[in-house]
Amino acid sequence: MRSAAAAALIAAASVALLFFFLRAESQQSVALLILAAVALSVLASRTRFLHFPERALQAVALGAVAVLALLLREDDFSLLLIVRVLLVIVACLGLNVQFGYAGVTNFAGASFFGVGGYTAAMLASTSRLPHLLVIASGGLAAALLGTVLVLPVLRTRGHYAALVTIAFALLFRTFLEVNDTLGGPQGLKLRELVVGPFHFNDSIQLGTFAGSFYLRYVALALLLLAFFFALVQRLERSFVGIALDAVRLDEIAAATFGLSVARWKIVAFTLGNFITGTAGALSAFLIGFIAPNNYAFGESMIFVSILLLGGIGNPWGLSLAAAIVILLPEKLQVIQEYRFLLFAAMVILMLLFRPAGLLPRPLRRLSGKP
Amino acid sequence: MTALLSCHGLTRRFGGLTALDALELAVEPGSVLGLIGPNGSGKTTFFNVLSGLFPASAGEIRLDDAPITSLQPQAICRLGIARTFQRSRLCLPLSIFDNLMIGNHRNLPNGLWFNLISRRALRRQLEKSAGEARELLRIFDPALAERLFEAAGGIPMIDRRRVEVCRALISRPKLLLLDEPSAGMTHDETLRLMDDILQVQQRLRLTIILIEHEMSLISRVTNHCVVLNYGKKIAEGTYAQVSQEPAVRQAYLGLS
Repeated sequence: MRSAAAAALIAAASVALLFFFLRAESQQSVALLILAAVALSVLASRTRFLHFPERALQAVALGAVAVLALLLREDDFSLLLIVRVLLVIVACLGLNVQFGYAGVTNFAGASFFGVGGYTAAMLASTSRLPHLLVIASGGLAAALLGTVLVLPVLRTRGHYAALVTIAFALLFRTFLEVNDTLGGPQGLKLRELVVGPFHFNDSIQLGTFAGSFYLRYVALALLLLAFFFALVQRLERSFVGIALDAVRLDEIAAATFGLSVARWKIVAFTLGNFITGTAGALSAFLIGFIAPNNYAFGESMIFVSILLLGGIGNPWGLSLAAAIVILLPEKLQVIQEYRFLLFAAMVILMLLFRPAGLLPRPLRRLSGKP
Repeated sequence: MTALLSCHGLTRRFGGLTALDALELAVEPGSVLGLIGPNGSGKTTFFNVLSGLFPASAGEIRLDDAPITSLQPQAICRLGIARTFQRSRLCLPLSIFDNLMIGNHRNLPNGLWFNLISRRALRRQLEKSAGEARELLRIFDPALAERLFEAAGGIPMIDRRRVEVCRALISRPKLLLLDEPSAGMTHDETLRLMDDILQVQQRLRLTIILIEHEMSLISRVTNHCVVLNYGKKIAEGTYAQVSQEPAVRQAYLGLS
């Protein structure tokens, strides 16, 4: 009972902190709030907050984001940031399946994000497919295009696999820039996202409640995140999760025990790209306009640094890290220009002093456990 | 009685080095075969060729009279050959349970639908698997069975060996390949481990090929011994017989 009260308190404090952080105007108040957030996280790690039943934590986290979005209902920019964080979390969940579970290196995360975005843009303008299906097609297209990379990814390991994906990322961007059907360097505009009766670009007016049109995006992004978060956790806590870990940790032992290393790498790579591509498709609708610059190699590096910072293999860790990596530079203008430099430094420091990330991946929790 | 496993002219070359040279070998079902020889005599290479990690350069391997030469490791595992490694190859960041499930992969449902969607059936299967894993571990050490969901990296060396042996046993193989189970353990620990393995062997009518340097162990547990030197078989028979062979003494002690 006391721990439930503590959890509620921590959740409320987090919402309040984030609210003031997103509304903060001066750099001093931003700095103060960051200090407060650090203090809160130290406090939270001392309580039994993280040992709470997972379902409860998930419900609290979803509720907290919903409350935060409602508190900020008319602040377009803050809401946009929240949706962006949610979608980056989804994209990183995909990378997490590849990197964190099967050990398939993918430094082209932003490219697959982009495949989703461009697919959504093309399908929305040329077909009458319902937009939810357009978003899912973005994921499918990313998964399909990923098969181009499957052979080199299976044939290479470690640094070499990384190079293959880096080459793909560079090729993909060049391809977008020279391809006129895809808008070339100018990019493409997207149509308004329409799901059933909801027009996503109209502001919300319900009686006395007025809210930004971004609230709908928050809701849809939350749904998407909840779905993929649950999917990734189910994947980890199953025999498939064990097989993927075995492939990552020791391919030779895995093969002698009958695991098909190629099969599991393909499963992880394809599923991961599907998740990342789906997030990319919704993200394209969100910003309404996409261009090759959005999917540069640097963006892929941001995804990777999120994984490393959060704790590779832990969906909770990468969610926390995504919030830090996306929100911090937006509010701390001082670091905006140096953000790549700072992320690089951060990754190096993490690898040196806390190689398992902010929230290291715990042992697998299985339901067969007593 | 026909042999469970037989090799004819089995050869494996690494460039100019012939690590296995026209090996002839047969293992009777239910027996324990000792494979001995000095360092670098080709014992582990034999295991690696047998389990499909290296293709054979020439010759043939037959299991239950069907050829299995140079099949993929996955296929060989499915036919019922399991092994341990000389240097522990447990996945240390994973739990003991996870490691055992890796060993039992060929018997477990691995479809995405089953694992992601039919959660109730998955939960039942997980509980069943945990029960089987505990039962097997209990034969080796009851205390270890209680630590099923702890990290394999957090247990002492002898327990890691036990888990490794259990990982090979849990899929109920026909043929178990043990590569130097005594490495990194004291004499007493090895004896205890071997006794436990033999207990399971009796129960499952398991056939074992054992690579070992500890001769007291070889003399105690094997029915039959094959001695290798430079990839060639130089002697064969019971331990008492081969230990008297001049060629064997020469290979080990370098006497002329």
